[in-house]
Amino acid sequence: MPLDPHSIRADFPILKRQSSSGAPLAFLDNAASAQRPQVVIDAISDCYQRYYANVHRGIHTLSEESTAAYEAARETTRQFVGARSQSEIVFAAGTTAAINTVAHSWGGSHLSAGDVVLLTIAEHHANIVPWHQLAARTGCRVEFIPLGDDFTIDDAVVQDKLQTLQPKLFSFVSSSNVLGTNFPVARWTRMAHAAGATVLVDAAQGAPHQAIDVQQWDADFVVFSGHKVCGPTGIGVLYGKEALLDAMPPFLGGGGMIDRVTTEGFSPTGLPEKFEAGTPPITEAIGLAAAMRYLQSVGLEAIEAHEHLLCQAADTALRNIEGVEILGPTPDKKGGIVSFTVDGVHAHDIAQWLDTRGVAVRAGHHCAMPLHESLGKTASARASFYLYNTPEEVDRLIEAVKEARDKFARGGRRRRRRNPSPA
Amino acid sequence: MPNEQDIYEEHVLDHYEDPYHRGELATATHADEGKNPLCGDVIHVMLRLGRDGKIEEAWFDGEGCVISQASASMLIEAIEGKTVEEAKEFTANQMLELFGPQLTPNRQKCCLLSWRVLQSALHAPLEDADDDDAGPSFGGPSLSEES
Repeated sequence: MPLDPHSIRADFPILKRQSSSGAPLAFLDNAASAQRPQVVIDAISDCYQRYYANVHRGIHTLSEESTAAYEAARETTRQFVGARSQSEIVFAAGTTAAINTVAHSWGGSHLSAGDVVLLTIAEHHANIVPWHQLAARTGCRVEFIPLGDDFTIDDAVVQDKLQTLQPKLFSFVSSSNVLGTNFPVARWTRMAHAAGATVLVDAAQGAPHQAIDVQQWDADFVVFSGHKVCGPTGIGVLYGKEALLDAMPPFLGGGGMIDRVTTEGFSPTGLPEKFEAGTPPITEAIGLAAAMRYLQSVGLEAIEAHEHLLCQAADTALRNIEGVEILGPTPDKKGGIVSFTVDGVHAHDIAQWLDTRGVAVRAGHHCAMPLHESLGKTASARASFYLYNTPEEVDRLIEAVKEARDKFARGGRRRRRRNPSPA
Repeated sequence: MPNEQDIYEEHVLDHYEDPYHRGELATATHADEGKNPLCGDVIHVMLRLGRDGKIEEAWFDGEGCVISQASASMLIEAIEGKTVEEAKEFTANQMLELFGPQLTPNRQKCCLLSWRVLQSALHAPLEDADDDDAGPSFGGPSLSEES
């Protein structure tokens, strides 16, 4: 059944507010971070008001209740991604922290000088910088798969890189945060495994918009953030196959991740606590579980279909505006993201003008500088849709982009000259 | 709260579309370039300093948003003919006042890019500038890329 964004909007209190210009808010910056429904806000506030205490430590009522809720959140997460066991679900601070954990722990113990980490050029910085850092530590090499002319990557190109470079690790986004391109996760994972590579899937942009099944993907690691799936900031998920996680050394050391500590050394505890040193993000995990249940109650397939309709409408209308260039494939090959440039107008001026119309978009390089460089752009504007966005908001986006073009494009408005023209 | 449309008032757009001294200054004695890495704005400031400590000529070149480019034009126009000391004493707040419309902290960075580059250009004599013609040079560290 198609989703009704107007009834969904009632679940998100923040959507009732206005932008500073007084215009009603059209929040189209969901790829950066989504908003939270009341049930998530309530779950967090309920924990703090009724049963909050540190987990896994105290022998008292509140600690036991908090621990139960924290571990129930792990079970909700296990179901959300389709993992076999709760041991495979590690709570990290976010996508970035999860990738850094894999880079330090797995990368540090499996990669050495000359080994290759293969990425696509469509990665955001979270899936680039930790590998550059690993390369500096171990002497391994980071290689990139280029983009095709249609903003997708052909299987044959991937196959060729896998064969010629023989990477130890292939790490890629399930969906690009700039182009919106959806990559064939299960197929690429199969190809990478056949070539002997371990696979990390960065699902930061995938998890909010499509049902994840880590067993169907068969990826070795899958990571994503809580705040993009309507959950809190400061929490993310690191899924890893149990045998892999089990064999990896811990990354951060501290309380909670040990079995025994002496003045001479320590022995780590088992999964998943081995990777959760220190007091974990307790209320964040509880809020994240509420967000996952909320998305599942709406239905991820319905969400994906709804975003697709909005994306198609926006993509088509933007392509019809003179001077607009879309960075990304046609809507059938992407999720709910439309990035674009307007000839002669800087992305920041577009975003600033759109804000006067209440339309919130992202402008800049979206933490994907290598991708922008490969496209010959310094910045772009990006509209990204979610379950609560409406076709009317797409219309307002289009209208405001036309206004911005007319206002800022050189020659777009009649202007008096300040200086006498040079002869 | 000011309407954000005011940021793009006529005076600002005039400087954007018809900037003061945008281009190359072949006789520059001092020059520097700076970027705003978050937006990709780039500003290159070129100065010809005279022996009397005056900025005899000032030019800029660059790429970026309306605010970064219009503010550069305003600044270059304002400091030409001033002494180096006066330019060094020109503060960030004065730059924001010169620009006019009120800016959010993020856009202040765009507005202050040219001001930052001007301050470092004053300390950056060009190596190939003829020593005889070069104005006074100034020591001290150059300002970092990000404020």
